[in-house]
Amino acid sequence: MAYSEKVLDHYEHPRNVGSFAKDEPNIGTGMVGAPACGDVMRLQIKVNDEGIIEDALFKTYGCGSAIASSSLLTEWVKGKSLEQARSIKNTDIAAELALPPVKIHCSVLAEDAINAAVEDYMNKHAS
Amino acid sequence: MSQATINKPIYLDYSATTPVDDRVISVMLGYLGRNASFGNPASRSHMYGWEAEAGVEQARADVAGLIGANPKEIIFTSGATESDNLAIKGAAHFYSKKGKHIVTCKTEHKAVLDSCRQLEREGYEVTYLDPESNGLIDLAKFEAALRDDTILVSIMHVNNEIGVIQDIAAIGEICRGRNIIFHVDAAQSAGKVDIDLERLKVDLMSFSAHKIYGPKGVGALYVRRKPRVRLEAQMHGGGHERGMRSGTLATHQIAGMGEAFRIAKEEMAAENARILGLRERLWEGLKDMEEVYINGDIDQRIAGNINISFNYVEGESLLMALKDLAISSGSACTSASLEPSYVLRALGRNDELAHSSIRFTIGRYTTEQDIDYTITHVRAAVDKLRELSPLWDMYKDGIDLDSIEWAAH
Repeated sequence: MAYSEKVLDHYEHPRNVGSFAKDEPNIGTGMVGAPACGDVMRLQIKVNDEGIIEDALFKTYGCGSAIASSSLLTEWVKGKSLEQARSIKNTDIAAELALPPVKIHCSVLAEDAINAAVEDYMNKHAS
Repeated sequence: MSQATINKPIYLDYSATTPVDDRVISVMLGYLGRNASFGNPASRSHMYGWEAEAGVEQARADVAGLIGANPKEIIFTSGATESDNLAIKGAAHFYSKKGKHIVTCKTEHKAVLDSCRQLEREGYEVTYLDPESNGLIDLAKFEAALRDDTILVSIMHVNNEIGVIQDIAAIGEICRGRNIIFHVDAAQSAGKVDIDLERLKVDLMSFSAHKIYGPKGVGALYVRRKPRVRLEAQMHGGGHERGMRSGTLATHQIAGMGEAFRIAKEEMAAENARILGLRERLWEGLKDMEEVYINGDIDQRIAGNINISFNYVEGESLLMALKDLAISSGSACTSASLEPSYVLRALGRNDELAHSSIRFTIGRYTTEQDIDYTITHVRAAVDKLRELSPLWDMYKDGIDLDSIEWAAH
């Protein structure tokens, strides 16, 4: 199983690794997956008053493809609106990283993570 | 010199396979070309056959010599998988009138487990024992599983994933006392642990050449003559190997296996001591790390195996981070089925620790520099991946991960 260069790159040169304080009002946090499955992603977005994601951070427990999928997502959502972020498809992630069929589920989990982060933010601003 | 400096990963996967020893290659070449002993060992009428046969019989004696057996008790096969199939199906079918119950263990190699599954499809009943959390079988639980209609027990000597050594001497005594045929898969133990079939009450034993510096594609099955054990053949056509395994003998493969076993007999004690030293060096370099666990009993274990779980770091990401090391993991991500190691599961390891496990197996050509390089890189990779891990964060914050309701999909 040779690792794709792009997947390796995200591990060798991680970007946007870290965490925000989850109780801050302008932070949305999505935590998906389960240790029993071998995949847990925590994706956080910092949203400004115009509803644009100005920063994103992640941490992932999982294989190289899972780390790369979540890392890539934090790069893609920066500068996007919440709606645009929610419309990112796992197939786009899988294509960009050239994920083999057995690793597609990693990109699905990343899509779940951004949706959960957006939903968390929106719940905080529901009223 | 460390292998990593010549752009190939450092090989620490000796339980998967081994390189063929130069001395073995040399012997094998003597049975291939037109100026070598290429004849069919079954050709009785000319020198080509006699020379090849002599090579086979020498190998047979060398294999028997390592394990305290009579050469007449050695059948050559295509490998330990075939030997397991022949032993289990062969004995079960031959003795089916005595009973149809078989006892084995959940941590056996697939060659044993899948053969048992096949027998279940044929109407046999199989009990799959759970080992204790250290990987060893509890003898009282084992004995309690035996019934009046039990005809066969199959327990491996050394486990391929965790390297633990089962007490086959004691299990053999129990089986013999009840006239139950006892099969042992010794693919991972021959040449690493002393085996003396004059004392061990084992009836059938499977061997592999490629686990001890012999070629792939050849193995053997020990079939006891006193008391006599009978088998139904699984390969028909010519009656080779006393009718138990038909097919022209692969002289060069067999000669290679014989030489590998001869070398093992001579060098096993010294090699074990050296390899144990290397393993202890590896563990010394890693044991002060937080949240690392050895899987399987550390004492009842072959010298070359250490299987470690690095908590909060997933196994396949660790393999990717350690691309200069050739190692393997019990993580689901490394298997085609996305299921974590069934061996680690059977030990009662929770799924996270099974996902976080790495198996390092050390062998004949491993050097101290290889071990030191490994220590440095494993520590760095684990630290870096923990920086990336939300579970490590939560552990550091004192959160009990078992109390979380995970949103798994």
